[in-house]
Amino acid sequence: MTTALPTAPPPTSLTVVDGLTTNPYGLSPEQFESLGTELDAIRGRVLADRGERDADYIRGVIRAQRGLEVAGRGLLWAGVVPPFWVAGTAALSLSKILDNMEIGHNVMHGQYEWMNDPKLSGKQFEWDTACPADQWRHSHNYMHHTHTNVVGKDRDIGYGVLRMSEDQPWSPYYLGNPLWAALLATFFQYGVALHDLEVERIASGETTLAEKRELLEGIWQKVRRQAFKDYVAFPALSGPLFVFPLAGNATANLVRNLWSFTIIFCGHFPEGTHEFSEEETANETRGQWYHRQLLGSANLSGGRLFHILSGNLSFQIEHHLFPDLPANRYAEISVEVQEICERYGLPYNVGPLHRQFGSVVKKICRLALPDSAGRVSRKLAPLSVGRKIGRGVTNLGRSVLSRRPLRRA
Amino acid sequence: MSPMLDLRPRLRLLDAIAGPHGVDGYLEQLDPLLVTGECRAEVVGVERGTEESVTLTLRPNRAWRGFRAGQFVNVAVEIDGVRHQRCYSPACAEGRGGTLEITTKRHPEGLVSNFLVDRARPGMVVGLSGAEGDFQLPSPRPESILLIGGGSGITPLMAILRTLFAEGYEGGVALLHYAPDPARAIYRAELERLAAAHPNFHLARSYTRAPGAGEIDGHFSPLHLPQADPCFTEAETFACGPPALLDAVRGTWAGGLEHRLHVESFVPPTFVPVGEPGEGAIRFAGAGVEVENSGASLLEQAEAAGLSPSYGCRMGICHTCTCRKRAGTHKNLLTGEVSSAPDEEIQLCVSAALGDLTVEL
Repeated sequence: MTTALPTAPPPTSLTVVDGLTTNPYGLSPEQFESLGTELDAIRGRVLADRGERDADYIRGVIRAQRGLEVAGRGLLWAGVVPPFWVAGTAALSLSKILDNMEIGHNVMHGQYEWMNDPKLSGKQFEWDTACPADQWRHSHNYMHHTHTNVVGKDRDIGYGVLRMSEDQPWSPYYLGNPLWAALLATFFQYGVALHDLEVERIASGETTLAEKRELLEGIWQKVRRQAFKDYVAFPALSGPLFVFPLAGNATANLVRNLWSFTIIFCGHFPEGTHEFSEEETANETRGQWYHRQLLGSANLSGGRLFHILSGNLSFQIEHHLFPDLPANRYAEISVEVQEICERYGLPYNVGPLHRQFGSVVKKICRLALPDSAGRVSRKLAPLSVGRKIGRGVTNLGRSVLSRRPLRRA
Repeated sequence: MSPMLDLRPRLRLLDAIAGPHGVDGYLEQLDPLLVTGECRAEVVGVERGTEESVTLTLRPNRAWRGFRAGQFVNVAVEIDGVRHQRCYSPACAEGRGGTLEITTKRHPEGLVSNFLVDRARPGMVVGLSGAEGDFQLPSPRPESILLIGGGSGITPLMAILRTLFAEGYEGGVALLHYAPDPARAIYRAELERLAAAHPNFHLARSYTRAPGAGEIDGHFSPLHLPQADPCFTEAETFACGPPALLDAVRGTWAGGLEHRLHVESFVPPTFVPVGEPGEGAIRFAGAGVEVENSGASLLEQAEAAGLSPSYGCRMGICHTCTCRKRAGTHKNLLTGEVSSAPDEEIQLCVSAALGDLTVEL
């Protein structure tokens, strides 16, 4: 993009515009407009360019996943032999990770719907995890992606069990925040499965279990099928040695749970990501919507294999700007998005996994406690502690999180 | 209870083990033809009969259930990552087993036809639907049969002819065949052989751009009928070809003979005239509702028509309202992209119809 554009005014002070956090970097209405136009242009260009290479890519990943799964199940069948157990569990873990992240999540976004292949239709795909695909499409594609980081609407903020934002009022229950987080990570597939059920709203009496009967039935059917496969059918094939595939399958599910929790929590909770309120986002323009997705998401730096295993959610920013573009395109798009951020003086939050996840863990622990007297509510000081971001370039592995105030473009 | 539980225990176990992708999800990685739940076929023969056409021999997989002479199948190919599907009438004798023969001609804008004419090769795998269409040779066979074909509309008629002769049919058969010139007349040599071998088969051809080269001349006219089949009013008649030919045939059979006439329109991939937003009619096929196109998004128009399609973001993000467009031209309101492709998934909330459009809703 070389179009001459009004240069972003430097974020001279970290104050609020119009009393809202919606615009912490002081973009003018024209800039919001042109930001939307520029990002739409990227989207349009990739849409027009989709073709054989994207089809080959996703089919290649599916082929790898199916191969890993068959190999994993086969090795675990003879899991009594220790190297077989280890290799089988590793292969099955990878298979489940690929199935859920790079295949399931992305296909269900409709990223490959243009191919017209019923097997890659977002509406028909079912994945190897406890959550029924149709419920996921609602809670994730619609609720989370439309209302990203809007406290009270985006239930990915804490999944109804954690306190992940200062805007969630503290209660003694949240003293267990780190423990609840560890449990959620361990049983993440069930946490995701129960997501659309809105357990916390049932607990608070806002809705009843009876109203959620149909959802519950769907979850039960899927959970039962998944459990039967991993914990009854495949172990049974090994006869008296059933315990080896049983343990291998349980381990693979656990590995996938921990990995997907880690990746997903690095998407919106690392230091520097913004949250929004319902009022702030009530009447946003397309440019403002893009802007919210940009500020609410964080990327992970790493190599090609790491990106694939993260389902390209390591490009969370690009994914949130363009949730239905084929994920294999995010890497190339990210170069342009970073350049746009630079020009508009917007942060582009990216860092290696250990740093991003470290800051998420810190946040989980910090928010377990009531907000300290010294801390003021976000609305009064939107860029208080934990909201300063620097910029950098992923591929060079440079740190982007910095304790220093923003550099200017 | 899920339908899965109604199956025999062995299948239940297999399904449970292979879920959620199913046995086919793994088999197709070994060989795309191994799938049991989806009909596919391998191209085993490619014959470029005329410079403009190609005849493919397809060997369907186990999922194929056969066809009746005259019916058509949908053949799906992938071009630059996108699956496209078109109807073709097999030209071979009917039956359940064996191979299928389809012929297609080059067309200036025929994406799939041109792809097959240029790029079809043995070993290629194509998707196949079950056979469809009421245009088929009835059983028991009629006593006399008249066939009228134009252009590549000859293919279902070839299936009828080949089926009849394979069965040793003894009634009278006549074929009126219209083609531009002998070089572009598909199956010309075989038709001549059949006519020579079967005294009960009468062949009359008109080459519309080569007068004098065939038995008759010019476009279809009722005057051609007595030359082909003096008792044409008695015959069960099957006509297949371009719309102009079929209109002329229908006109001739109007007034008391309609019950003897079976027609199949054979047009190249339809080019929906691109209208303006707000023109034409929108048909919600599932609900059987048709409304005048107001130009608003298809989601809004569906709701205004009293339907309740599922939706989410209403801004083209979540794909909750994705629905299959059967035919028509739509414009993506986000990208401005216009597409006339039949059978594609579209997002109702950000799509508007340009002229007539049908969605599966």
